[in-house]
Amino acid sequence: MSIQELTDDTEALKINEERERQLKAQAASDSDSSDDEQLPTTTGKSGIVKVPTRGEAKAKKALLKLGLKPIPGISRVTLKKARGIIFVISQPEVFKSPNSDCYIVFGEAKPEDVNAMQNSMQALQQPSEGMPSDAATRAQMAALGNLGRAQQASGGGARSATADAPAEEEGEVDETGVEAKDVELVMQQVGCSRAKAVRALKENNNDLVSRCSNQCHHGCELIAPSMTRPNVFSQILRGLVRQRTLERVKTAQCCPVDENARWCMHAIAKQTHETKTEAEYTTKPSMSDTEDDQRPVRLLDSFTAPKELLNEFADEDAEPEEFSSGKSRQIAARESDYQRRRFDREGPQVRADPFAQSAQDGEQVGTSYVDTMRQAKLEREEERVRRAIEEKKNEQADQNGEDTKMAIDAPDATPRKRRWDVADETPRQITQNGDGDTTPPSASLAQQVDNWSASGPQDQPVKKKRSRWDETPVPGSETVAATPKRSRWDQTPVGGDIVPPPKPMPSMPVEFAFTDIDKRNRYLSDEELNTMLPADGYEIVQPPPDYAPIRTPARKLISAPDGSGGFTIMEDGISAAAMGVAPELPTEIEGVGALQFFKKEDATYFAKIMDGEDDPSLSVEELKERKIMRLLLKIKNGTPPMRKSALRQITDKAREFGAGPLFDKILPLLMERSLEDQERHLLVKVIDRVLYKLDDLVRPYVHKILVVIEPLLIDEDYYARVEGREIISNLSKAAGLAHMISTMRPDIDHVDEYVRNTTARAFSVVASALGIPSLLPFLKAVCRSKKSWQARHTGIKIVQQIAVMMGCAVLPQLKSLVDAIAHGLEDEQQKVRTMTALSIAALAEAAAPYGIESFDSVLKPLWIGIRKHRGKGLAAFLKAIGFIIPLMDAEYANYYTREVMVILIREFQSPDEEMKKIVLKVVKQCASTEGVQPAYVKDEILPEFFKNFWVRRMALDRRNYKQVVETTVELSQKAGVAEIVGRIVNGLKDESEPFRKMVMETIQQVVASLGASDIDERLERLLIDGLIYAFQEQTMEDNVMLDGFGEVVNALGTRVKPYLTQIVSALLWRLNNKSFKVRQQAADLTAKLAVVIKLCGEDDLLSKLGVVLFEQLGEEYPDTLGSIIAAEAAIANVVGMTQMNPPVKDLLPRMTPILRNRHEKVQEASINLIGRIADRGAEFVSAREWMRICFELLDLLKAHKKSIRRAAVNSFGYIAKAIGPQDVLSVLLTNLRVQERQSRVCSTVAIAIVAETCGPFTCIPAILNEYRTPELNVRNGCLKAMAFMFEYIGEMGKDYIHSVVTCLEDALTDRDAVHRQTGAAIVKHLALGTAGLGCEDAQLHLLNLIWPNIFETSPHVIENMLGAVEGLTVGLGPGLLMNYILQGLFHPARKVREVYWRVYNSAYLTHQDAMIPYYPSLPDLSDGRNTYDRDMLMVWV
Amino acid sequence: MSSELKYTKNTQLENLHARYTGTGNADITKYEWNTHQHRDTYASIVGHPPLLQYSALADGESIGRAKFEMTERMLQPCGPPPPRDDD
Repeated sequence: MSIQELTDDTEALKINEERERQLKAQAASDSDSSDDEQLPTTTGKSGIVKVPTRGEAKAKKALLKLGLKPIPGISRVTLKKARGIIFVISQPEVFKSPNSDCYIVFGEAKPEDVNAMQNSMQALQQPSEGMPSDAATRAQMAALGNLGRAQQASGGGARSATADAPAEEEGEVDETGVEAKDVELVMQQVGCSRAKAVRALKENNNDLVSRCSNQCHHGCELIAPSMTRPNVFSQILRGLVRQRTLERVKTAQCCPVDENARWCMHAIAKQTHETKTEAEYTTKPSMSDTEDDQRPVRLLDSFTAPKELLNEFADEDAEPEEFSSGKSRQIAARESDYQRRRFDREGPQVRADPFAQSAQDGEQVGTSYVDTMRQAKLEREEERVRRAIEEKKNEQADQNGEDTKMAIDAPDATPRKRRWDVADETPRQITQNGDGDTTPPSASLAQQVDNWSASGPQDQPVKKKRSRWDETPVPGSETVAATPKRSRWDQTPVGGDIVPPPKPMPSMPVEFAFTDIDKRNRYLSDEELNTMLPADGYEIVQPPPDYAPIRTPARKLISAPDGSGGFTIMEDGISAAAMGVAPELPTEIEGVGALQFFKKEDATYFAKIMDGEDDPSLSVEELKERKIMRLLLKIKNGTPPMRKSALRQITDKAREFGAGPLFDKILPLLMERSLEDQERHLLVKVIDRVLYKLDDLVRPYVHKILVVIEPLLIDEDYYARVEGREIISNLSKAAGLAHMISTMRPDIDHVDEYVRNTTARAFSVVASALGIPSLLPFLKAVCRSKKSWQARHTGIKIVQQIAVMMGCAVLPQLKSLVDAIAHGLEDEQQKVRTMTALSIAALAEAAAPYGIESFDSVLKPLWIGIRKHRGKGLAAFLKAIGFIIPLMDAEYANYYTREVMVILIREFQSPDEEMKKIVLKVVKQCASTEGVQPAYVKDEILPEFFKNFWVRRMALDRRNYKQVVETTVELSQKAGVAEIVGRIVNGLKDESEPFRKMVMETIQQVVASLGASDIDERLERLLIDGLIYAFQEQTMEDNVMLDGFGEVVNALGTRVKPYLTQIVSALLWRLNNKSFKVRQQAADLTAKLAVVIKLCGEDDLLSKLGVVLFEQLGEEYPDTLGSIIAAEAAIANVVGMTQMNPPVKDLLPRMTPILRNRHEKVQEASINLIGRIADRGAEFVSAREWMRICFELLDLLKAHKKSIRRAAVNSFGYIAKAIGPQDVLSVLLTNLRVQERQSRVCSTVAIAIVAETCGPFTCIPAILNEYRTPELNVRNGCLKAMAFMFEYIGEMGKDYIHSVVTCLEDALTDRDAVHRQTGAAIVKHLALGTAGLGCEDAQLHLLNLIWPNIFETSPHVIENMLGAVEGLTVGLGPGLLMNYILQGLFHPARKVREVYWRVYNSAYLTHQDAMIPYYPSLPDLSDGRNTYDRDMLMVWV
Repeated sequence: MSSELKYTKNTQLENLHARYTGTGNADITKYEWNTHQHRDTYASIVGHPPLLQYSALADGESIGRAKFEMTERMLQPCGPPPPRDDD
């Protein structure tokens, strides 16, 4: 390949240009990058000696004692988790046990989301497909931005080292300007060819060697910053590590790691082949690189960790927010393997609609039910034959003793979904002979699109797998299509010691490979050449027949970063057609308009409308197709208004377009791999709307739709599942039960488990849409199917899904559902039995607490079953029993619990995690039933339970931990506090912290629910002792210990008195601790304990604590400071302001400066404390101090957090009450003049509060006076303050209504709309407050002022006006209002009518009944046909 | 009024009308409005037992009969709808 590179002149030229540009860029960035280089070096020197944490050092020592040996030279350990999340430990320290394959790894594990990375990387990979060249590497690095030149240097060296073997033949290289000894050094260091070394040196400004020799020692410092850029990182690392510079990396391993963040992780790794691992350690996991092959990353196969460790992380990714930022929006990218199997489903055929008119006339469109069933049978048969052949082969291989070879050669033995086109090729498939000549697992996109259109060509040529390495590309689209996309960075270099196994490369459509070409670099098209070259005197000759132009541009052209400063002539008028390749991605398409975005995948689907031609020669059908495409594009990619109108159009015209053309376009889009959530949501919405319109026309497409929609049912996103259900339920309503059954019937015993699973879910949706009873006969038949166990399995699964989905709605049919599946418990197939048990569990869960009588028939087989089964089956049976027992009567529950407990206790020891969870759950369920006696629990269950589950190992896995805690708490309800706490209290002093945590959490919950009165003196002593120990020893930062301590101590109440001295001295000591976290926890605990300490009468201790906390108010960590203030406030609360030590008059001035702290926690805590003091002990502080605080509080009025603002506003009220409203009020009124709106608004609220606490009479005169200020903000502020005030004072308003009427007159007749709006708000609150209190005269006056404003159009204004009208309706009654309304209800001007009807309607909503007497009497309107006399009220006795 | 506001207003109105059939709009006919009024009135009488008792007494009917008749009359209290213009 390198030879080609050089022979192709133009391209070599381009590479050279590229280099020059690079060098310039380097020179330019030299000054910047020098900083980057300096930094690591210095830190490297200072950080030579790594300081491990105490725990880590201890652990290491212990391990070395065990005889473990450190393994040098390991630079990265990767733990793979589900969904492509990996944990990476860079620069680990690895120890190996000498006589087993156990590894211990120390280091800081960091999560790394491969999927997200993969996506972002793909963008970066584009310019350098195929085999990367050095220049490409550098271009990429430049694109990566902040990596300094240093990395480039080593990266370049690394790359050159890993270049492939043929590269060495690139001939003589000009060595001028490069020192020979440098070249030697590079060659020796990285083991590459001379030519490569020279080139690398030149590229890097001859600086390589000094850097390299310098930096290899500090390799880690270089690498550490690039950790976030994994591809570069891996390249560097690979380069360094591969070339036997392992020890250098290791010596440099002493990179400074944040000790705080560092934690120890023991991963005991198993490995089958040691040398292999060494190689694998050094290679980055090979990322899946083609779009078609997005399997999750294969990481180190041979490298695993114990389950509980992995699950520890698994639990973390159960909290999605942790990775949500890096979470991919692309649906396919975050799907699991299983979910991705949807792409393997064949493109379904259009089914005939037996109910349609045409069918009855004898015309058939699409495959009939008979055909489909026949096909399904064929498929099963084929699968069977294939399996038989596999088995036979394996047998033969075993006989020949060549099993190892077979394992490699034989094609994947797992049943692969048959492709759509296999029907014609069945013989070929069956007689495959292990040469890998199978159809590639996923067809090309183009093929897929064709799959979907029933009218499309059915026989695609099967692409033969080719060896990619030695192939000369052939012209034509096919070649380009076959050029695989490879992401470069993870590619294993050829010529190294690892040769990647050749894989069948899925082909890509043409457009993909070309879109990367930069506008400036693309080939000249024929048209352009014609315009440039003279036309006369020349002739265009045909190329010789054997000429094959080399068109592998994607991997050779290096696109410079766009707009990097190169000189470009703005070219316009180059259309997509002129390019001869795919157009640039447009955002504006003719006939569609500007789009929000346009992905290159869209180009394949919407190619037809991209050319913009609207040929009159097109047939009606084609025009219709284009119309649909345009609408879909608008919906999918358009702006919201476009989308809205397009959606409406497509819905309205759905029947006109017809089901076929619509779904042929929509469904392939939904199967697109790069689909994102938003697009899927919109497309699903289209289907939903269209379905509604199409109704029974949809029948032939039911299966097609189902295939696309069913995967939604197992999506991880809740809303996707709901959408999927919605569609299927609408579909079943449109197509009818009979058609749904006949469509889905063939999938029920499909060979692929995935298909069966999704079908079962879809069926359950159908059942919920059309009612269980209608589906029941079919279900019964399926569950008893004799033909295949798969059908029975699916049938039973349908029942399970129905139960899960419908919940208690299964109750009416419970008996028949249970009976339908009951026989499955004795099925001969293990899987069917398991599924039956699970279904029964689901039914029982759904039916709880009713319906035990329905389960009578299954009790016996279940209880027999638990004696017969082992493993998974047993787990399912136990689960079923666990859900049935709580439904039973006390007596039965007791009996059956005893029966099952024997088995449960036996299974306590099961090593299986799943079994453990189920056992715990069943124990919990059994224990919570009424009939189970405390004595039984104590004697039979507890000993075994504690022996098996209260072990340290259980505390390590978060899920187990939770289950154990829950179950123990449940058991404690029967066994009592003393029993449970007595058993676990010693665990508080256990040496494992997670275990202590588990104990603490359990004790907390048990004590919280049952109190502490059962705990005797001895236990109490043990408990307190343990609590103090656990609290002192905690290193993890969470609230478990804190809450537990608080809970227990509060529950014990006065009984803790003897221990208080000890506790408080511990607190005091910790309050002065060096670590701010410790201080914070101590302060938090103080806040929790304050009440109890007071209760015990230990006021001395409290005052001691208060003084110490007071001394701590200079704390610099805001979190800690917040806790300290809160603790001080708690103490002040319990001892009261008079007894408070330090005295309030000292405390408050100390708080004033703290109010300026911007940290929210501090603000909140201090404002609470101050408010409390102002409320209770205001007299201890001078008025001047309070005024000072008032000024500080003004700033808090604009805090972000609402609770702070509210607390600040309330404090104003307290302070005003304490020192009289005048001063505070004047401060607040002055504050109305400030610019900041938030501040003004809060001032108005504060004024209202002051008015409420000190009486409105103190404030209203001041406000009215202030209203006279000729300044808009102030006047508005005054009005707003009044609005709030009347809202707060309610009925009290009746004394003030007349005094503010004149002010309101002025406000409501002001020209400023905001004035009137605020005035209306006052009127509303005033009217509501004074309703029924005899203020009708004033209210009527106000109504007259309000009424002309109902024609306002500004939203806020009209909202307030109508609000005021509503308020006045309450005050004056609807009858009076009716007089106003009737004037305009039938006004000739529509605009007037509309407004009046709006008022009428709002009055109608609130006062319908009261309006009846006031309806106008309209007998004059009566004519011969209608009488409008309303005489029913005209009766008189 | 901006188009957006108009749009939301209309949908609000539709929602409102779907929930409270008695609400009206600018295009309501006298027949529709009167029918609503009559129905409301009957509903109110039937819904307030003292009122029902009073009118039953005035008509000399049993309460049950009065109730039944009023409910029946709610169907087309003002007679059949007038013929539509566009037909």
